[in-house]
Amino acid sequence: MGKFKGAIVVNTDRCKGCALCVEACPKGVIALAQKNVNIHGYPYVVAVNPDECIGCASCGIVCPDGCITVYKKRIED
Amino acid sequence: MAEKEIMLMKGNEAIAHAAIRCGADGYFGYPITPQSEVLETLAKLKPWETTGMVVLQAESEVASINMIYGGAGAGKRVFTSSSSPGIALMQEGIAYMAGAELPGVFVNVQRGGPGLGTIQPSQSDYFQSTRGGGNGDYNVIVLAPNSVQEMADFMDLAFTLAFRYRNPAMILSDGVIGQMMEKVVLPPQKPRRTEEEIRRECPWASIGRTADRKPNVITSLELKPEAMELRNLHLQEKYRAIKENEVRYEAQQLDDAEVLIVAFGSAARIAEKAIEIAREKGIKAGLFRPITLWPFPEKQLREAAHGKRGVLVVEINAGQMIEDVRLSVNGEEPVEHFGRLGGIVPEPDEIVKAIKEKLL
Amino acid sequence: MNDIISPENIVYKKPTLMNDTPMHYCAGCSHGVVHKLVAEVIEEMGMTDKTVGISPVGCAVFAYRYIDIDWQEAAHGRAPALATAVKRLWPDRLVFTYQGDGDMACIGTAESIHALNRGENITIIFINNAIYGMTGGQMAPTTLLGQKTSTCPYGRVPELHGYPLNITELAAQLRGTCYVTRQSVETVGAIRSAKKAIRKAFEASMAQKGSSLIEIVATCNSGWKLSPAQANKWMEENMFKQYPKGDLKDTTGL
Repeated sequence: MGKFKGAIVVNTDRCKGCALCVEACPKGVIALAQKNVNIHGYPYVVAVNPDECIGCASCGIVCPDGCITVYKKRIED
Repeated sequence: MAEKEIMLMKGNEAIAHAAIRCGADGYFGYPITPQSEVLETLAKLKPWETTGMVVLQAESEVASINMIYGGAGAGKRVFTSSSSPGIALMQEGIAYMAGAELPGVFVNVQRGGPGLGTIQPSQSDYFQSTRGGGNGDYNVIVLAPNSVQEMADFMDLAFTLAFRYRNPAMILSDGVIGQMMEKVVLPPQKPRRTEEEIRRECPWASIGRTADRKPNVITSLELKPEAMELRNLHLQEKYRAIKENEVRYEAQQLDDAEVLIVAFGSAARIAEKAIEIAREKGIKAGLFRPITLWPFPEKQLREAAHGKRGVLVVEINAGQMIEDVRLSVNGEEPVEHFGRLGGIVPEPDEIVKAIKEKLL
Repeated sequence: MNDIISPENIVYKKPTLMNDTPMHYCAGCSHGVVHKLVAEVIEEMGMTDKTVGISPVGCAVFAYRYIDIDWQEAAHGRAPALATAVKRLWPDRLVFTYQGDGDMACIGTAESIHALNRGENITIIFINNAIYGMTGGQMAPTTLLGQKTSTCPYGRVPELHGYPLNITELAAQLRGTCYVTRQSVETVGAIRSAKKAIRKAFEASMAQKGSSLIEIVATCNSGWKLSPAQANKWMEENMFKQYPKGDLKDTTGL
């Protein structure tokens, strides 16, 4: 049966580091980047476990700033 | 209804009839004596069935003026009416409209104050109208009718000026003119503007962003001080243009006058009679009647007062327009005040007596 | 990885109607989520060129900077009066207000109740986070008993401050309303439900069914002095007790 693999792209300049996406992600894909801030001075999130992403888009949906674009592809394996 | 008509009616009723005929899109108002006939007449005439004009009794004057803001922000010809304490409630909305540059129109049928006051007439809102009870550096165009005919004529004029300058405009009437009945010539019906005409006349209006333009935002807020200063300078430039182009006044019997009476609205009607009586008694009096209270006819008044023995400002208040008269005359002639308070309307003989006692 | 990240694989992105202007809201603020939903619904309904939004005074005063429709900025509390006029004068437009708890349920109580009661064909989106965010965290009419704010630093007590106001329950009694609901946006499920509610209300207003009130119980992590995630938890544990979620009235038939 087809499995899904997902991927996220974070607009790190727009991210405010609220970490609601980190809370919402069921797979532990996302975390706040360590010792990095963006041009506005906010810490931002990155996909630290990108292989776990299933493209559920929970992160994108809960993000208050619309920073995350979510991709999902069916994997024929 | 569609043709030009000559009728007999109250000033308040003339406002309603004229508004429909000049293509007003909406009226939103609240009852208050002595102007409730405006809303009552509109309700009886049912213009929503003929021209499609919206008529709504709002829940307060605060709501009314904000409905005017919304309607004007949407490019529509909308107006409200009230009386002194109700206009006091509207000051926030008026200042917001001045700041957002909206062409809202409102009518004040003045009554005695301060506070709840009395339902009898007065002219004690001159300061409120010209100095503004709202916040910030702004002005409202103020038209002062002195007859039922002018009540009718000034409706279209108020809308025209409001839209020409994107600024609130008011008709400052009083309980005498609002309630008295006179013959009035009503103009033929002018059609209400179409959406295309509104988009052309008001490209700034917030009515739905079509693909060919950026979003329109109606707002008076600007947090960056440099930008806010520019906004205010723009408003001041606009006010200069209005002062340059829109002064209106009437002068009677100035040529041989030795004393000058300055009066507006109903006080000017009484002053006309007083001048008649004075001339019979050998006193050569003339009348200068500002029609726009803002912009005030400073230059024209200064000329009219030049060389007179004295100027008597007749106004039904404790002395408000007299400040603008004094500024205009600039010390060249003595300026005195005559007025009654508390809703009492003076008699012509009182004015003649005042001329004798104060100027001669 | 690269073949997943490809335009045909997009399952979620910021709505196009929401522009790229960085939003001034605090990190984790509920406003951003609701803005996204409003933008998505307008886009999906194809009403971009026929919508007029009325923005409030409060944190969302700059809502007009972020969603590319025509807007009017109302004085504090007056948005329903503006919306009344705009909708009556332009009946084919989609007209909504977007207001906070101070705007809708304090200074604007009269305008809210009367516009709803008249059954104006508008939607009031009411963001209730039980505090005045923009002005620095003062008490709101919807502040909970015991909750601390800058103007009730020892906690709200009835003797001094009265009781929290459930204005949405009042609105549900008004005959002019067709849809009165309470939603939230702290989980994916709640967000989906809130979006459906906004869509229903907007459609009801276009179908001339009357007025709609959507209360979004929301967080103010700055005012509440919690992290965004902690604020969501506090809301779930405390706000929903005073402001229970669900439809209080639905006569839309939609």
